[in-house]
This record gives sequence, C-alpha cells and structure tokens, in this order.
Amino acid sequence: MNNFRFLFAFVVALALGPLVLPEFYVTLLNYIGLYAIVALGLVLLTGVGGLTSFGQAAFVGVGAYTTAYLTTVYGVSPWLTLPAGLALTAAVALSIGFITLRLSGHFLPLGTIAWGISLYYLFGSVDFLGGHTGISGIPALQIFGFELKSGRQFYYLIWAMLLVIVVATRNLLDSREGRAVRALKGGTLMAESMGVNTPRSKIVIFTIAALYACLSGWLYAHLQRFVNPTPFSLLQGIEYLFMVVVGGVAYVWGAILGAGLITILKQWLQDWLPQLLGQSGNFEMIVFGLLMILVLHRARDGLWPIILRLIPEHPERPRVAHAEALPRRAIPPAGSVLLEISNASKRFGGLIANDRMNFKVRSAEIMALIGPNGAGKSTMFNGISGVDPLTSGEISFCGERIEALEARDIARRGISRSFQHVRLLPTMSVKRSHRRPSAW
Amino acid sequence: MDLQIALLLAQDGITNGAIYALLALALVLVFAVTRVIFIPQGEFVAFGALTLASLQAGKLPGTLWLLLGMGAVITLMEFAKALRERRIRRIPSILLLNCGVPLILAGILFAVSPATLPLPVQVILALMLVVPLGPMIYRLAYQPIAEASVLVLLIVSVAVHVTLIGLGLYFFGAEGSRTPAFTDTSFAIGDALLQGQTLLVVVASVVLIVALYLFFERTIYGKALRATAMNRTGARLMGISATLAGRLSFTLAALIGAFSGILISPITTIYYDSGFLIGLQGLRRRHHRRSGQLSACRRRRHPGRSA
Repeated sequence: MNNFRFLFAFVVALALGPLVLPEFYVTLLNYIGLYAIVALGLVLLTGVGGLTSFGQAAFVGVGAYTTAYLTTVYGVSPWLTLPAGLALTAAVALSIGFITLRLSGHFLPLGTIAWGISLYYLFGSVDFLGGHTGISGIPALQIFGFELKSGRQFYYLIWAMLLVIVVATRNLLDSREGRAVRALKGGTLMAESMGVNTPRSKIVIFTIAALYACLSGWLYAHLQRFVNPTPFSLLQGIEYLFMVVVGGVAYVWGAILGAGLITILKQWLQDWLPQLLGQSGNFEMIVFGLLMILVLHRARDGLWPIILRLIPEHPERPRVAHAEALPRRAIPPAGSVLLEISNASKRFGGLIANDRMNFKVRSAEIMALIGPNGAGKSTMFNGISGVDPLTSGEISFCGERIEALEARDIARRGISRSFQHVRLLPTMSVKRSHRRPSAW
Repeated sequence: MDLQIALLLAQDGITNGAIYALLALALVLVFAVTRVIFIPQGEFVAFGALTLASLQAGKLPGTLWLLLGMGAVITLMEFAKALRERRIRRIPSILLLNCGVPLILAGILFAVSPATLPLPVQVILALMLVVPLGPMIYRLAYQPIAEASVLVLLIVSVAVHVTLIGLGLYFFGAEGSRTPAFTDTSFAIGDALLQGQTLLVVVASVVLIVALYLFFERTIYGKALRATAMNRTGARLMGISATLAGRLSFTLAALIGAFSGILISPITTIYYDSGFLIGLQGLRRRHHRRSGQLSACRRRRHPGRSA
C-alpha cells in the first residue's frame, strides 16, 4: 500500500506543480523529465544489465534531428516523425549493438565513447542537418488540434510519458525477459548455462535504452523548436551517466532523482561558478567530477537506496498472484538412456583432462562421477553442459547430439546444472535463481 | 605530392607515432597493474605542455595550485589515518612528502622568475609540477576503491577526466599554447628539411622506452610492477604492496604523459582539452596490444581449472 500511496502523492504533486510554480521552475522540471527518460534507459543498461554507455546523448540527437528534419523539410506531422525516429534509432542501435556489444567488459564503454563522438561530429558536419547552426522553426506539437506552445503545457506531456516509461520499465524488469536481463550482471556464464541468450538480451536492453533516448530527443526538439549539435555531445552523454550513478544506478526512481539533482545543481553552478572564478566555461564539470568520485567512494549504489532506507520496508508481492503452470514435458520411461557420452576427450594444450570417457545416464537413475582432486570431473561437467566444449567425442541427450551446441541451447533442451562455486545473483531471490530458464 | 611533402608528412607521422607509442605504453602499464583504464592520461600531456608554456611566459602555472591543494587534502587524510592507527611516527614523512615538496616548489617559483631560467631547468620544473599529480590522483580517486570492478574504475576515470578538463580550462584558459623548439638545427635531405625537433622527439622517445625497459628488467621496483601486472594476488602474497604498485604506475604514467606533452608542444599547439583525443588514440593502440595479451592469458589459464 505504501508504494501506491507514494506514487499517488508523487503524481498529485506533479499535476499541481505547473499551476503554482513560476515559469523558471517549470522549465527546469521539463528538463529534468527529459533527462530522466534518457537516464531510465541507462538504469536498464547499466544498473540492471551491467553494461555502460557514455554515448546515449547521440541517440537523443538521432531522435531530435529526425523529427527536426522531417517536420521542417517535408512538413510531416510530428506524430509520424516519432515512429520514424524510433525506427531509425532502433536500426542504428541494432547495427551499433551488433558490432560493439560483442566487445566484452570494458571494451564496450570505450566503444560507446567512440560512437558518441562520431555521431556528434556527424550532426555538426552534415549540410542538410544545418551544420553547427542546426535546424530552427520546428513546429509545435498538437494534441487534438490544441497546440502545445508553452512550457507549462508541454510539461504534462513530458511527465506523462516519463511515468508511462517508469511503469513499463518496472513491468519489463518483472517479466521473464527482464529476469534474463537481470542475470547479465552476474556474469554471462551462469545466465548462459541457465538458458539465457545473453547476446540477445544485451541487444534488447541496448535498443530499449536507445529508444528511450530517442523519445527524449523527439520531445526536446518540439519543446525547444530548435536543434543544434551541442546537447548531443559526449560530455552530455557522460552527464547522463553521472545522473544515474548519483541517483542510484540500479533503481528506476534513482534515475529521476539523479536527473533532478544534477539538473538543479548544474543550473545553480552555472550561475555561481563563473562569478566565483571570474571566467566563463563549463566549470560545473569540475564539481560534477568530484561529486561523482565521492559518490562512487562513499555510496556506490547512489543516493536512492539511502532514501529507501528511511522508508519502512514492506515485502514485495508477486504481481501475478496465480500464474498458470507451464506444461510438463513427457517423462521418458525409466531405464531408457537419457544422456550418452562416448569417447569424450578434453585437452588443454598438452594436458589431457578427460581421456575418451564413456558412460550413460538412464532415466530414473542417479549417477555419480567420483574421483580425486584434479581428476577432471568439473571439466566433464563443463563439457556436457557446453560451458567449455569438448575437444572430441560425442554427447547425445534423448537421442539428439548436443556436443556442438551453445550452453544456453543445451539448457533449453532440459539439462540443468549447478556450479561448484555458487554463482548466485545478489539481487535475486533463491527461488528465482534456481528456477528453470523457461519459467525464470 | 613530391618528395618534400612526403618527407614532411613522414616527419609528422613519425613524431606522432613516437608520442602515441609512449602513451600506449603508459596506458598498458596502468591498466595491467591497477585495472584502471586511465582516460585522463591525455590530460597529463596537455598539463605538461601548458605548464611549461606558463613558465616560459613568466606566469605562475595553475598546476602549482592543484599540486598544493591535492597535497593538503592527502595530508589531512593520511594524518587522520595515522592518528586512528596510532602511528604518529609516520606524520613527519606525510607532511614532508605531500605538503613540504609542493611548498618548496612554490617557493622556488616565487623566488626566481622561471621565464629567465634555461630551457632544461624549465622542463625539469614543469615535470616536477605535473608528475606528482599522478600518484596524488591515484591516492585520492582510485586507491580507496582499488578493488572495485573495471566498470566502476572506468566511470571514476571519466569523472577524473572531466574534472581535470575543467581545471585545465580554469588554469590555462581556452587559448592554446606552443612552446619554442628545443633546438633550431635542421638538416637538409635533398630539397626537404628535417627538423631537429622531430629528431629530438624520436630520440627522446627511444631513450625513454629503453629506460623503461631497463627499469622493468633490472630494478626491483620494475619487477614488482611486472609481477603485479601478471597476477595481483600472487604479487601480494610475495609481499608486493598493491598500493605502492598503483602509485608507481601512476607516477610513471604521469611522467610519460607530461614528458610527451613537453616534447610535442613545439610542434603542435596544445589546448587545455587536446589531451583527450591524443589519449583516445593511445587507447586504440593499447587495445591491439591488450587483446593479444588477453587471449594469451586465457589460453594459459585453462589448465588451471580443476574439479
């Protein structure tokens, strides 16, 4: 109930905001909303999926420039340029994703820096996008013939969209796809051997994060009615990441908190720092950088969990009270051969860990593989489950050859494994961690 | 395109290549020892060049204030730590290292006018101002979270990078600087001129690389760094301090960066934010080397897997 009350109070406060606040604060809130939409994508990508992007601002630019170009040059209705922008962003994100998401670990974030820079320079140097002067005269949005010309009117559109995205993101994270995404952060090995197609999950969240950014860009273009390359630079991309890290990288509400804090702080610092230092320039980045280091040192999960600690805790209830049981697969008759290993060998260079192993596992039978340390038991397990494929030999499961399959495909065929060093996901309950992939 | 242009381009390519090789070396060193992707590496290039330019212009370089400020913060932190651990005897050395040395430097800069000093002395002064920033940044930004994931360390790197860029703008302004060449000699090869400075960059890079090779091969500290790079845990079990290794690698990275900046500032104009793109080039080069190394590691690690 608490959760609902909090949300209700938040929505009421939001709805009343523009009626009482002066223009300046409404503008500020508009920007917070726009930034929070991008930041939500980063929560999904970084906090949940364990990937990072410094280049989200470039996707905001794709959304903003698509609508700016189509509406000013071809006079297309803004409501049609949104799907066009989303489609273009999805295409760009998918192609970039297919190239860079294969990069593991820290290579991906470095890759995002690279395309963050290149897309920014593309906006600035392509003639039909107006170069560094940009595109002006973007039409205002119309809803049922009513023009959203002022910031106060636009405010409701931004925050309505933001709330829809918050709810959608939360539901996504609670779904099967979402649980697969949440398993990414604990390393791909465990997720893969549970049947998650990790490259696919990575591309899915990467694309969703890019789509959020594109939506923010579309809103931005019609709020400002003018675009130029500056707000889509790498520095802005870094700022988006700062927002989620300060707010709480793994929390949907952390994105909004972070966007709010950084935006207000930036406004304030841009007023004060040049006066204080007697020069003009992006000096707020000095403070942001220091703040960021401090947050990562003292509260690595961001500020939202600190706020959460103040609110009394209440147990999480499942969203769907009674989910239908999944169909049970046919049980093979007792005594029939389930798993057959023949001539399985595994070599590590000159070392032969498994030498032409042969055994069968029958249905309704418990089979143990025993041996001293270093005998090659885990190697055999890794070979069967596809985590570390065999050098030679055959494995059949229910009559089907599986030795050439990926770990996730073997898992999907019904082989489940555990690990010697338990690879638990700290954010997932025991029950969820051990569910079969199909129900995960 | 004639021979003259070809030679000119070749000179440019060789000098840039030498600088990138040095920076790539520093990045590999820092990453292998501390797992930090040191994006601010480029800032040391800019700070080195611009500090020298300030000294030559007779201005007090802003990096002095940074050095004094960071030294003061570290002194306070170490002071509190020493008190907590009741190791009072460490306090004089903490004070001397973090406050004393920067203050002596400041004293020198105030006492003599640096613009009148000979170039080698100016270079040494600039290095003394910029190089200690390396270990200080490690102490303040990375050491408290040395065990964090590569991703967190990378985000910290980006944070350090934007902080230093902002400080660079404040200290040196938006205008670029170019320092006078170390040498005016040039050699004629056919129609084209071979600039003495180009030769100097190449020779200095080679000397630095050889010196680093000797350091890693022949000295105990160099061997300690290599051991840490190969296996952090193993090195710790052998009594090598991870903190010391981290500071040492950052000192070397700062030295290489600042020295590279001083070398190229007579050839290209350096701005407060020039470092980033130079550093990115270094990163790209580092990748080629690093990925080769990693796959070698993976191959080696397999036999270790046991039941």
